[in-house]
Amino acid sequence: MPAPTDGRFHNDAQLISTAQNVGRNMDLLRFATAGSVDDGKSTLIGRLLLDSKSIFEDQLEAVEATSEAKGYDYTDLALLTDGLRSEREQGITIDVAYRYFATPNRKFIIADTPGHVQYTRNMVTGASTADLGLVLVDARNGLTEQSRRHAVILSLLRVPHLVLAVNKMDLVDFSQEVYDNIQAEFTSFATKLNIPDLQVIPISALAGDNVVNRSENMDWYQGPSLMHHLENVHVASDRDLVDARFPVQYVVRPKSDEFHDYRGYGGMVASGVLKPGDEVVVLPSGMTSKIAGIDLFDSEITEAFPPMSVTIRLTDDVDVSRGDMIARVNNAPKPSQDIDAMVCWMTNEPLRKGQKLAIKHTTRNGRALVKDIQYRLDINTLHRDTESAAANGLGLNEIGRVQLRTTVPLLCDPYSKNRTTGSFILIDEATGVTVGAGMINDRT
Amino acid sequence: MSQTHADYRLSQLDQLEAESIHIFREVAAEFEKPVLMFSGGKDSIVMMRLAEKAFYPAKIPFPVLQVDTGYDFPEVLATRDNWVNRLGVRLIVASVEEALAKGIVVDDGKTSRNRHQIGTLLAAIEEEGFTAAFGGGRRDEEKARAKERVYSHRDEFGQWDPKMQRPELWSLYNGRLHAGEHMRIFPISNWTELDVWHYIGREGIEIPSIYFSHQRSVFERDGMLLTESDFNPCKPGEEASTRTVRFRTVGDLTMTGCVESTAATVDEIIDEIAVARLTERGATRGDDRFSEAAMEDRKKEGYF
Repeated sequence: MPAPTDGRFHNDAQLISTAQNVGRNMDLLRFATAGSVDDGKSTLIGRLLLDSKSIFEDQLEAVEATSEAKGYDYTDLALLTDGLRSEREQGITIDVAYRYFATPNRKFIIADTPGHVQYTRNMVTGASTADLGLVLVDARNGLTEQSRRHAVILSLLRVPHLVLAVNKMDLVDFSQEVYDNIQAEFTSFATKLNIPDLQVIPISALAGDNVVNRSENMDWYQGPSLMHHLENVHVASDRDLVDARFPVQYVVRPKSDEFHDYRGYGGMVASGVLKPGDEVVVLPSGMTSKIAGIDLFDSEITEAFPPMSVTIRLTDDVDVSRGDMIARVNNAPKPSQDIDAMVCWMTNEPLRKGQKLAIKHTTRNGRALVKDIQYRLDINTLHRDTESAAANGLGLNEIGRVQLRTTVPLLCDPYSKNRTTGSFILIDEATGVTVGAGMINDRT
Repeated sequence: MSQTHADYRLSQLDQLEAESIHIFREVAAEFEKPVLMFSGGKDSIVMMRLAEKAFYPAKIPFPVLQVDTGYDFPEVLATRDNWVNRLGVRLIVASVEEALAKGIVVDDGKTSRNRHQIGTLLAAIEEEGFTAAFGGGRRDEEKARAKERVYSHRDEFGQWDPKMQRPELWSLYNGRLHAGEHMRIFPISNWTELDVWHYIGREGIEIPSIYFSHQRSVFERDGMLLTESDFNPCKPGEEASTRTVRFRTVGDLTMTGCVESTAATVDEIIDEIAVARLTERGATRGDDRFSEAAMEDRKKEGYF
């Protein structure tokens, strides 16, 4: 059966073929979109969902009815994604919304986040799990403070692939000059950031140019359409398969007659490849042992790699519990109680020097004392503001460099090396609310 | 010898399974008293399978809670019992009938059994002191659910406040609670209807027979095909006839419609869904059709 080559479905056979692939060897790409209503972000997402047949008739009808009731001249596809009543009432996206669609070879999870500065924390949340970040600009306006901010956040969160979609090209007569200027300006700006892979695509979300099919209106553009890029961007090599890190999550002890002496360590492989026979070290104790076997439900497997959830058995009866980490003898993180990190603050009451918080890092819980707030990073200009940090700490949606002292040693790597063992959350001990997200800096 | 990265690929379904197992283990490690809410529907059966895998060869370290509306499909109850017996887990049945008798929920003659489940469920959670309740909700089902966290905080009244949701980053889940509060946990948040079906097919697990094509006496009401039964008789003007149908969701028998279908295997169901024009809830759930914000309202009150 011929699979559609343009990501769009032309008949039922193609839909069925894709649906059957979902359970076979289909790949996964998580991407985050940032932008506001004005950039045409919701229109673009609506189009991706429509073209991949991920929107059903009843969903479209509900949106059409609401658009008509509100007196709009066209169907407002933003209504498809703005799920909460308060969002619909205010006509804005407030929270991170997750959307799903599949093309013949790949399934996509979109973390759809709002664009305005007061929702920076939502953008950070959406970017934290993304393989790719999609930033939209309006071709008429060029790069704005907002689009620069989105790129900075994606870079801070180490999202490995970035797409800048220059939207509304139809409103600038599909001008190559407009595109070239935006492309040049953004590329120059991006050199200051950590963006390993950048693709700039001129599109019209409303008219469909370069969204799924290559546009006939922009023959000067030789690159891929957005859908083609999303389908083909190579994400498998983003994973670290060298540095074995296995945070122990749960100790499996059946205490049954059949599995009387079974003792396994359940967890998700954060990075690296683990095999039976590997010499390992258990942190923070530093005891060494060997992997006796790796179980995936009722079968033994020959190797475990990220992001598999497995159960590891060791040859020695060493004391291992939740919060410990299994790594390789000659390649293990150094336990540390002094943490230097970039922190995004997520609550109204500012973060202050001397404050105590709960911290969760991998499967480890502890408490953290804020030793210092070195500077606040102006995410529009990349300026490091030490005065503001000293005077006001870090306010809601602000990002800054913070030094922490923790009650328990963290078994961590720099976030630039490992997004799992390099990240943590901060929790207000009184309210129980997540108030900060941290990314551990390289040791300098 | 150099190994290319492409060799270490995990299919999207394997990635979803790994993520769900991670969530089950995290909750079992961090919460004092978790419980798995089991409706007998396909999603909660997938949840049972994932829990089985997460703790194997140990038993699932928490009980299973079912809210019995009194209007449940007998095929669903049979499947439930098979699962519970095979896994050796404790089953707690919270009955809407009993809750009505005790006055925990009040029948005003207008409210559906589905809605009465809310009060019954909350009472059961409170009575047993559960601190975490696993549910099979998926974000692709409905737009209020698209913004639901994996760990969804509920206050001491069991309410969901969409504006006060905790940010959820990376795979770091925050399970902090105050006395009397509990957490709803959605391990298959990122699964789609197709993922669930493929997983059922690949794992070869038992689901209620009513999901597959069968003959049934049904009648039309509000554009839905409903099962004729003693507690759901035809009203004047409605006429029952035997048709070849299957169910896309499983709920209260009086509200859950079926669709005409000849799909008798998982593969045939997947083909059918692929070309379906209506969402599973929109097509067959009377309780979700009342208003655009129907689901959001029920969630705020404490629905799954």
